[in-house]
Amino acid sequence: MAKVELFVNGRAVTGEAEDRTLLVHFLRENLGLTGTHVGCDTSQCGACVVHVDGRAVKSCTMLAAQASGSTITTIEGLSPNGELHPLQVAFRENHALQCGFCTPGMIMTSVDMIRRHPNGLDEATVRDQLEGNICRCTGYHNIVKAVLDASDKMGKGAVKAA
Amino acid sequence: MYETQYHRAASVEEAARLMGEAEDGKFLAGGMTLIPTMKQRLASPSDLIDLRRIEALKGVTVDGRNVRIGAVTTHYDVSTSEELAKICPAITNLAGHIGDPQVRNMGTIGGSIANNDPAADYPSALLALDATIITSQRSLPASDFFIGLFETALEPNEIIVAVEFVGPDRAAYKKFPNPASLYAMAGVFVAKSGDNIRVAVTGAGEGGVFRLKDAETALAGNFSPSALDSLAVDPDVLLSDMHASADYRANLVKVMAKRAVAEITNRPM
Repeated sequence: MAKVELFVNGRAVTGEAEDRTLLVHFLRENLGLTGTHVGCDTSQCGACVVHVDGRAVKSCTMLAAQASGSTITTIEGLSPNGELHPLQVAFRENHALQCGFCTPGMIMTSVDMIRRHPNGLDEATVRDQLEGNICRCTGYHNIVKAVLDASDKMGKGAVKAA
Repeated sequence: MYETQYHRAASVEEAARLMGEAEDGKFLAGGMTLIPTMKQRLASPSDLIDLRRIEALKGVTVDGRNVRIGAVTTHYDVSTSEELAKICPAITNLAGHIGDPQVRNMGTIGGSIANNDPAADYPSALLALDATIITSQRSLPASDFFIGLFETALEPNEIIVAVEFVGPDRAAYKKFPNPASLYAMAGVFVAKSGDNIRVAVTGAGEGGVFRLKDAETALAGNFSPSALDSLAVDPDVLLSDMHASADYRANLVKVMAKRAVAEITNRPM
Protein backbone atom coordinates (compact mmCIF):
# COMPACT_ATOMS: atom_id res chain seq x y z
CA MET A 1 0.00 0.00 0.00
CA ALA A 2 1.13 3.51 -0.76
CA LYS A 3 0.61 6.52 1.45
CA VAL A 4 -0.83 9.29 -0.68
CA GLU A 5 -0.56 12.90 0.46
CA LEU A 6 -2.17 15.51 -1.73
CA PHE A 7 -3.30 19.10 -1.57
CA VAL A 8 -6.68 18.89 -3.31
CA ASN A 9 -8.75 21.99 -4.02
CA GLY A 10 -7.02 23.85 -1.23
CA ARG A 11 -7.28 21.07 1.33
CA ALA A 12 -4.52 18.75 2.57
CA VAL A 13 -5.63 15.12 2.33
CA THR A 14 -3.91 11.90 3.26
CA GLY A 15 -4.95 8.41 2.36
CA GLU A 16 -3.79 4.93 1.58
CA ALA A 17 -4.15 3.21 -1.74
CA GLU A 18 -2.77 0.24 -3.56
CA ASP A 19 0.35 1.19 -5.50
CA ARG A 20 -1.50 0.50 -8.75
CA THR A 21 -4.44 2.80 -7.91
CA LEU A 22 -4.94 5.46 -10.54
CA LEU A 23 -5.23 9.07 -9.42
CA VAL A 24 -8.76 9.30 -10.84
CA HIS A 25 -9.95 6.40 -8.71
CA PHE A 26 -8.31 7.87 -5.63
CA LEU A 27 -10.09 11.18 -6.24
CA ARG A 28 -13.46 9.58 -6.89
CA GLU A 29 -13.47 6.71 -4.43
CA ASN A 30 -11.28 7.83 -1.55
CA LEU A 31 -12.11 11.52 -1.65
CA GLY A 32 -15.63 11.36 -3.10
CA LEU A 33 -14.78 13.90 -5.80
CA THR A 34 -16.93 12.33 -8.48
CA GLY A 35 -16.94 15.37 -10.75
CA THR A 36 -13.86 13.89 -12.41
CA HIS A 37 -15.11 11.20 -14.79
CA VAL A 38 -13.78 8.00 -16.31
CA GLY A 39 -14.92 7.82 -19.89
CA CYS A 40 -12.57 5.32 -21.48
CA ASP A 41 -10.01 2.74 -20.50
CA THR A 42 -7.37 3.84 -22.94
CA SER A 43 -6.20 7.34 -21.91
CA GLN A 44 -7.88 8.89 -24.93
CA CYS A 45 -11.08 10.65 -23.91
CA GLY A 46 -9.95 13.28 -21.42
CA ALA A 47 -13.05 13.12 -19.19
CA CYS A 48 -10.67 12.64 -16.24
CA VAL A 49 -8.55 15.76 -16.74
CA VAL A 50 -7.48 17.52 -13.54
CA HIS A 51 -4.66 19.94 -12.83
CA VAL A 52 -1.57 18.50 -11.21
CA ASP A 53 0.77 21.25 -10.01
CA GLY A 54 -1.00 23.65 -12.34
CA ARG A 55 -0.99 21.58 -15.51
CA ALA A 56 -3.76 19.61 -17.20
CA VAL A 57 -3.17 15.89 -16.78
CA LYS A 58 -5.27 12.81 -17.50
CA SER A 59 -5.79 11.47 -14.00
CA CYS A 60 -6.47 8.00 -15.40
CA THR A 61 -2.90 7.86 -16.66
CA MET A 62 -1.14 8.69 -13.44
CA LEU A 63 -0.87 6.62 -10.28
CA ALA A 64 -2.10 8.18 -7.06
CA ALA A 65 1.30 7.30 -5.61
CA GLN A 66 3.00 9.16 -8.46
CA ALA A 67 0.94 12.25 -7.66
CA SER A 68 1.68 12.15 -3.95
CA GLY A 69 3.10 15.48 -2.82
CA SER A 70 1.34 17.39 -5.59
CA THR A 71 -1.28 20.10 -5.63
CA ILE A 72 -4.43 18.99 -7.44
CA THR A 73 -7.36 21.00 -8.72
CA THR A 74 -10.48 19.15 -9.82
CA ILE A 75 -13.66 20.54 -11.37
CA GLU A 76 -15.06 20.94 -7.83
CA GLY A 77 -12.16 23.26 -7.03
CA LEU A 78 -13.06 25.75 -9.73
CA SER A 79 -16.04 27.12 -7.83
CA PRO A 80 -15.14 26.81 -4.16
CA ASN A 81 -17.76 29.29 -3.00
CA GLY A 82 -20.53 28.08 -5.26
CA GLU A 83 -19.94 30.84 -7.76
CA LEU A 84 -19.34 29.44 -11.23
CA HIS A 85 -15.92 29.84 -12.85
CA PRO A 86 -16.03 31.99 -16.04
CA LEU A 87 -15.55 28.84 -18.13
CA GLN A 88 -18.48 27.14 -16.43
CA VAL A 89 -20.57 30.23 -17.11
CA ALA A 90 -19.47 30.21 -20.74
CA PHE A 91 -20.33 26.52 -21.13
CA ARG A 92 -23.81 27.18 -19.74
CA GLU A 93 -24.43 30.29 -21.82
CA ASN A 94 -23.21 28.72 -25.06
CA HIS A 95 -25.01 25.41 -24.55
CA ALA A 96 -21.62 23.71 -24.66
CA LEU A 97 -22.86 20.51 -23.06
CA GLN A 98 -25.36 17.94 -24.18
CA CYS A 99 -25.08 14.84 -21.98
CA GLY A 100 -22.42 16.60 -19.89
CA PHE A 101 -20.19 13.59 -19.34
CA CYS A 102 -17.11 15.09 -21.01
CA THR A 103 -17.72 18.56 -19.54
CA PRO A 104 -15.46 18.41 -16.45
CA GLY A 105 -12.50 17.30 -18.57
CA MET A 106 -13.29 19.83 -21.29
CA ILE A 107 -13.41 22.64 -18.74
CA MET A 108 -10.23 21.62 -16.91
CA THR A 109 -8.38 21.33 -20.24
CA SER A 110 -9.72 24.71 -21.33
CA VAL A 111 -8.69 26.48 -18.11
CA ASP A 112 -5.14 25.24 -18.74
CA MET A 113 -5.39 26.24 -22.41
CA ILE A 114 -6.49 29.80 -21.64
CA ARG A 115 -3.70 30.14 -19.07
CA ARG A 116 -1.12 29.06 -21.67
CA HIS A 117 -2.44 31.52 -24.27
CA PRO A 118 -2.37 34.89 -22.52
CA ASN A 119 -2.65 36.72 -25.82
CA GLY A 120 -5.94 35.09 -26.67
CA LEU A 121 -7.16 32.16 -28.73
CA ASP A 122 -8.55 31.57 -32.19
CA GLU A 123 -10.85 28.78 -33.30
CA ALA A 124 -8.13 26.66 -34.93
CA THR A 125 -5.99 26.78 -31.79
CA VAL A 126 -8.91 25.80 -29.56
CA ARG A 127 -9.77 22.85 -31.79
CA ASP A 128 -6.13 21.77 -31.88
CA GLN A 129 -5.76 22.11 -28.12
CA LEU A 130 -8.89 20.02 -27.47
CA GLU A 131 -7.24 17.10 -29.25
CA GLY A 132 -7.04 15.11 -26.01
CA ASN A 133 -10.73 15.45 -25.14
CA ILE A 134 -13.55 13.54 -26.78
CA CYS A 135 -17.24 14.54 -26.75
CA ARG A 136 -19.31 11.54 -27.75
CA CYS A 137 -22.31 13.81 -28.38
CA THR A 138 -20.04 15.47 -30.97
CA GLY A 139 -20.95 18.83 -29.47
CA TYR A 140 -17.63 20.40 -30.33
CA HIS A 141 -18.98 23.48 -32.08
CA ASN A 142 -20.47 25.01 -28.96
CA ILE A 143 -17.60 23.86 -26.79
CA VAL A 144 -15.21 25.80 -29.00
CA LYS A 145 -17.54 28.80 -28.88
CA ALA A 146 -17.64 28.63 -25.09
CA VAL A 147 -13.85 28.46 -24.76
CA LEU A 148 -13.44 31.49 -27.05
CA ASP A 149 -16.14 33.34 -25.11
CA ALA A 150 -14.50 32.56 -21.77
CA SER A 151 -11.05 33.53 -23.05
CA ASP A 152 -12.55 36.84 -24.15
CA LYS A 153 -14.34 37.47 -20.86
CA MET A 154 -11.36 36.44 -18.77
CA GLY A 155 -9.63 39.49 -20.22
CA LYS A 156 -7.38 37.58 -22.56
CA GLY A 157 -9.12 38.85 -25.65
CA ALA A 158 -10.10 36.44 -28.40
CA VAL A 159 -8.12 36.62 -31.61
CA LYS A 160 -10.95 36.32 -34.10
CA ALA A 161 -10.71 33.42 -36.47
CA ALA A 162 -9.82 34.31 -40.03
CA MET B 1 -3.71 -3.25 -14.02
CA TYR B 2 -1.81 -6.04 -12.30
CA GLU B 3 -0.30 -5.35 -8.92
CA THR B 4 2.95 -3.48 -8.84
CA GLN B 5 5.16 -1.77 -6.30
CA TYR B 6 5.84 1.91 -6.71
CA HIS B 7 9.16 3.46 -5.70
CA ARG B 8 10.14 7.10 -5.99
CA ALA B 9 13.84 7.63 -6.58
CA ALA B 10 15.53 10.82 -5.36
CA SER B 11 18.70 10.29 -7.40
CA VAL B 12 19.95 8.36 -10.41
CA GLU B 13 22.06 6.18 -8.09
CA GLU B 14 19.06 5.32 -5.96
CA ALA B 15 17.02 4.52 -9.05
CA ALA B 16 19.68 2.13 -10.33
CA ARG B 17 19.89 0.47 -6.91
CA LEU B 18 16.11 0.05 -6.72
CA MET B 19 16.08 -1.47 -10.19
CA GLY B 20 18.82 -3.88 -9.15
CA GLU B 21 16.67 -5.05 -6.25
CA ALA B 22 13.51 -5.42 -8.33
CA GLU B 23 12.44 -8.74 -9.73
CA ASP B 24 11.11 -7.37 -13.01
CA GLY B 25 11.22 -3.60 -12.69
CA LYS B 26 10.58 -0.79 -15.09
CA PHE B 27 11.68 2.82 -14.95
CA LEU B 28 8.75 5.23 -14.99
CA ALA B 29 9.12 8.77 -16.33
CA GLY B 30 5.98 10.51 -17.64
CA GLY B 31 4.23 7.17 -17.99
CA MET B 32 2.38 8.20 -21.13
CA THR B 33 3.05 4.84 -22.78
CA LEU B 34 3.81 2.64 -19.79
CA ILE B 35 0.70 3.38 -17.71
CA PRO B 36 -1.76 2.84 -20.59
CA THR B 37 0.10 -0.37 -21.46
CA MET B 38 -0.18 -1.55 -17.85
CA LYS B 39 -3.87 -0.62 -17.79
CA GLN B 40 -4.38 -2.92 -20.76
CA ARG B 41 -2.43 -5.63 -18.89
CA LEU B 42 0.05 -5.75 -21.74
CA ALA B 43 2.86 -5.02 -19.28
CA SER B 44 3.10 -6.14 -15.67
CA PRO B 45 6.32 -4.94 -14.08
CA SER B 46 6.80 -6.08 -10.48
CA ASP B 47 8.18 -2.66 -9.58
CA LEU B 48 7.98 0.85 -10.96
CA ILE B 49 10.92 3.13 -10.26
CA ASP B 50 9.77 6.71 -10.72
CA LEU B 51 12.45 9.02 -12.16
CA ARG B 52 10.21 12.04 -12.64
CA ARG B 53 11.15 13.81 -9.40
CA ILE B 54 14.92 13.55 -9.78
CA GLU B 55 16.00 17.18 -10.01
CA ALA B 56 19.26 16.40 -11.80
CA LEU B 57 17.29 15.01 -14.75
CA LYS B 58 15.17 18.12 -15.31
CA GLY B 59 15.48 21.11 -17.57
CA VAL B 60 16.85 22.58 -20.77
CA THR B 61 20.30 24.19 -20.76
CA VAL B 62 21.61 26.23 -23.67
CA ASP B 63 25.26 27.33 -23.67
CA GLY B 64 26.18 29.05 -26.91
CA ARG B 65 25.03 26.51 -29.48
CA ASN B 66 25.38 23.56 -27.11
CA VAL B 67 22.07 22.18 -25.95
CA ARG B 68 21.41 19.79 -23.10
CA ILE B 69 17.94 18.48 -22.33
CA GLY B 70 17.48 16.53 -19.09
CA ALA B 71 15.83 13.16 -19.48
CA VAL B 72 12.64 13.92 -17.53
CA THR B 73 12.05 17.30 -19.17
CA THR B 74 8.47 17.28 -20.42
CA HIS B 75 7.48 17.89 -24.02
CA TYR B 76 5.71 21.03 -22.79
CA ASP B 77 8.88 22.39 -21.21
CA VAL B 78 10.89 21.68 -24.36
CA SER B 79 8.22 23.23 -26.58
CA THR B 80 8.13 26.44 -24.52
CA SER B 81 11.86 26.94 -23.97
CA GLU B 82 12.59 30.33 -25.48
CA GLU B 83 16.34 29.80 -25.30
CA LEU B 84 16.07 26.54 -27.19
CA ALA B 85 13.71 28.06 -29.77
CA LYS B 86 16.46 30.53 -30.68
CA ILE B 87 18.96 27.74 -31.32
CA CYS B 88 16.77 25.00 -32.76
CA PRO B 89 13.12 25.94 -33.33
CA ALA B 90 12.61 22.65 -35.19
CA ILE B 91 12.85 20.67 -31.95
CA THR B 92 10.65 23.00 -29.89
CA ASN B 93 8.08 22.80 -32.68
CA LEU B 94 8.38 19.02 -32.75
CA ALA B 95 7.83 18.82 -28.99
CA GLY B 96 4.77 21.07 -29.25
CA HIS B 97 3.09 18.64 -31.63
CA ILE B 98 3.59 15.37 -29.78
CA GLY B 99 0.29 13.74 -28.82
CA ASP B 100 -2.14 16.07 -27.07
CA PRO B 101 -1.65 18.80 -24.43
CA GLN B 102 -2.09 16.38 -21.52
CA VAL B 103 0.54 14.03 -22.97
CA ARG B 104 2.90 16.97 -23.45
CA ASN B 105 2.41 17.99 -19.82
CA MET B 106 3.59 14.59 -18.57
CA GLY B 107 5.57 12.88 -21.32
CA THR B 108 9.35 13.22 -21.28
CA ILE B 109 12.14 13.13 -23.84
CA GLY B 110 13.95 10.36 -21.96
CA GLY B 111 10.82 8.23 -21.79
CA SER B 112 10.16 8.74 -25.46
CA ILE B 113 13.59 7.70 -26.64
CA ALA B 114 13.93 4.83 -24.14
CA ASN B 115 10.67 3.41 -25.48
CA ASN B 116 11.79 4.02 -29.08
CA ASP B 117 8.34 3.63 -30.54
CA PRO B 118 8.80 3.42 -34.31
CA ALA B 119 6.31 6.28 -34.66
CA ALA B 120 7.69 8.54 -31.92
CA ASP B 121 8.89 11.98 -33.04
CA TYR B 122 12.03 12.57 -30.96
CA PRO B 123 14.16 9.70 -32.34
CA SER B 124 14.20 11.33 -35.79
CA ALA B 125 15.34 14.65 -34.31
CA LEU B 126 18.13 13.10 -32.28
CA LEU B 127 19.38 11.04 -35.19
CA ALA B 128 19.32 14.00 -37.60
CA LEU B 129 20.94 16.32 -35.05
CA ASP B 130 23.66 13.72 -34.37
CA ALA B 131 22.78 14.00 -30.68
CA THR B 132 24.61 12.29 -27.87
CA ILE B 133 22.63 10.31 -25.32
CA ILE B 134 24.16 10.59 -21.86
CA THR B 135 23.30 7.71 -19.57
CA SER B 136 24.20 6.71 -16.03
CA GLN B 137 27.02 4.63 -17.51
CA ARG B 138 28.27 6.20 -20.74
CA SER B 139 27.68 8.55 -23.66
CA LEU B 140 26.67 7.23 -27.03
CA PRO B 141 25.64 8.73 -30.34
CA ALA B 142 22.00 8.50 -31.38
CA SER B 143 23.05 6.30 -34.32
CA ASP B 144 24.26 3.64 -31.84
CA PHE B 145 21.43 4.19 -29.37
CA PHE B 146 18.42 3.36 -31.53
CA ILE B 147 18.57 -0.33 -32.44
CA GLY B 148 15.16 -1.33 -33.74
CA LEU B 149 11.44 -1.41 -32.99
CA PHE B 150 11.07 -0.51 -29.30
CA GLU B 151 14.72 -1.47 -28.89
CA THR B 152 17.68 0.64 -27.75
CA ALA B 153 21.26 0.04 -26.63
CA LEU B 154 20.22 0.60 -22.98
CA GLU B 155 21.22 -2.08 -20.50
CA PRO B 156 18.53 -3.12 -17.99
CA ASN B 157 19.99 -0.99 -15.21
CA GLU B 158 21.03 1.95 -17.36
CA ILE B 159 19.25 5.29 -17.02
CA ILE B 160 19.14 8.11 -19.54
CA VAL B 161 20.38 11.29 -17.88
CA ALA B 162 20.21 13.79 -20.75
CA VAL B 163 20.54 14.30 -24.46
CA GLU B 164 23.03 16.77 -25.90
CA PHE B 165 23.47 18.25 -29.34
CA VAL B 166 24.93 21.25 -31.11
CA GLY B 167 22.31 23.55 -32.59
CA PRO B 168 22.24 23.15 -36.39
CA ASP B 169 22.40 26.08 -38.82
CA ARG B 170 18.89 25.21 -39.98
CA ALA B 171 16.49 22.36 -39.37
CA ALA B 172 12.87 21.43 -39.86
CA TYR B 173 10.57 18.56 -38.95
CA LYS B 174 7.49 17.65 -40.92
CA LYS B 175 5.15 14.80 -40.10
CA PHE B 176 2.02 13.27 -41.46
CA PRO B 177 0.15 12.23 -38.34
CA ASN B 178 -2.39 9.47 -38.23
CA PRO B 179 -5.61 11.45 -37.78
CA ALA B 180 -6.83 9.30 -34.89
CA SER B 181 -3.72 8.44 -32.88
CA LEU B 182 -1.64 11.45 -33.98
CA TYR B 183 1.40 9.18 -34.22
CA ALA B 184 3.54 9.93 -37.25
CA MET B 185 2.78 7.75 -40.28
CA ALA B 186 5.87 9.41 -41.66
CA GLY B 187 7.95 12.10 -40.02
CA VAL B 188 11.11 13.56 -41.50
CA PHE B 189 13.68 15.67 -39.66
CA VAL B 190 16.20 17.52 -41.84
CA ALA B 191 19.20 19.22 -40.24
CA LYS B 192 21.86 21.26 -42.01
CA SER B 193 25.12 22.50 -40.49
CA GLY B 194 27.56 23.86 -43.05
CA ASP B 195 27.91 21.10 -45.63
CA ASN B 196 26.72 18.44 -43.25
CA ILE B 197 23.16 17.40 -44.06
CA ARG B 198 21.33 14.70 -42.16
CA VAL B 199 17.83 13.41 -42.88
CA ALA B 200 16.11 11.05 -40.45
CA VAL B 201 12.77 9.32 -40.84
CA THR B 202 10.37 8.14 -38.15
CA GLY B 203 6.95 6.48 -38.31
CA ALA B 204 7.72 4.62 -41.48
CA GLY B 205 10.70 2.31 -41.03
CA GLU B 206 10.26 -1.41 -40.51
CA GLY B 207 13.20 -1.26 -38.11
CA GLY B 208 12.30 2.05 -36.47
CA VAL B 209 13.99 5.39 -37.08
CA PHE B 210 16.55 5.50 -39.91
CA ARG B 211 18.66 7.91 -41.94
CA LEU B 212 17.61 8.55 -45.51
CA LYS B 213 21.07 8.72 -47.05
CA ASP B 214 19.84 9.01 -50.64
CA ALA B 215 18.10 12.23 -49.66
CA GLU B 216 21.22 13.50 -47.89
CA THR B 217 23.29 12.87 -51.04
CA ALA B 218 20.74 14.55 -53.29
CA LEU B 219 20.54 17.57 -50.99
CA ALA B 220 24.34 17.86 -50.73
CA GLY B 221 24.47 18.82 -54.40
CA ASN B 222 21.44 21.07 -54.39
CA PHE B 223 19.77 22.01 -51.12
CA SER B 224 16.28 22.64 -52.43
CA PRO B 225 12.96 20.77 -52.47
CA SER B 226 13.33 20.01 -56.19
CA ALA B 227 16.51 18.05 -55.48
CA LEU B 228 14.24 15.38 -54.01
CA ASP B 229 11.91 15.16 -57.03
CA SER B 230 13.60 12.03 -58.32
CA LEU B 231 14.16 10.51 -54.86
CA ALA B 232 13.01 6.88 -54.76
CA VAL B 233 12.24 5.67 -51.24
CA ASP B 234 12.44 1.89 -51.02
CA PRO B 235 9.08 0.54 -49.75
CA ASP B 236 10.69 -2.80 -48.89
CA VAL B 237 12.16 -1.35 -45.71
CA LEU B 238 8.96 0.43 -44.66
CA LEU B 239 6.10 -0.56 -42.39
CA SER B 240 2.87 -1.73 -43.91
CA ASP B 241 -0.17 -1.88 -41.63
CA MET B 242 -3.85 -0.98 -41.36
CA HIS B 243 -2.96 2.72 -41.32
CA ALA B 244 -0.86 2.86 -44.47
CA SER B 245 0.78 0.57 -46.99
CA ALA B 246 4.54 0.64 -47.49
CA ASP B 247 4.09 2.25 -50.90
CA TYR B 248 1.96 5.02 -49.43
CA ARG B 249 4.48 5.57 -46.64
CA ALA B 250 7.29 5.75 -49.23
CA ASN B 251 5.44 8.60 -50.90
CA LEU B 252 4.74 10.29 -47.55
CA VAL B 253 8.43 10.15 -46.62
CA LYS B 254 9.37 11.90 -49.83
CA VAL B 255 6.67 14.55 -49.45
CA MET B 256 7.55 15.22 -45.80
CA ALA B 257 11.25 15.50 -46.71
CA LYS B 258 10.41 18.01 -49.42
CA ARG B 259 8.20 19.99 -47.06
CA ALA B 260 10.99 20.13 -44.47
CA VAL B 261 13.50 21.39 -47.05
CA ALA B 262 10.93 23.84 -48.39
CA GLU B 263 10.51 25.26 -44.88
CA ILE B 264 14.25 25.53 -44.33
CA THR B 265 14.94 27.18 -47.69
CA ASN B 266 11.71 29.15 -47.74
CA ARG B 267 11.15 27.90 -51.29
CA PRO B 268 7.99 26.36 -52.73
CA MET B 269 7.85 22.62 -53.31
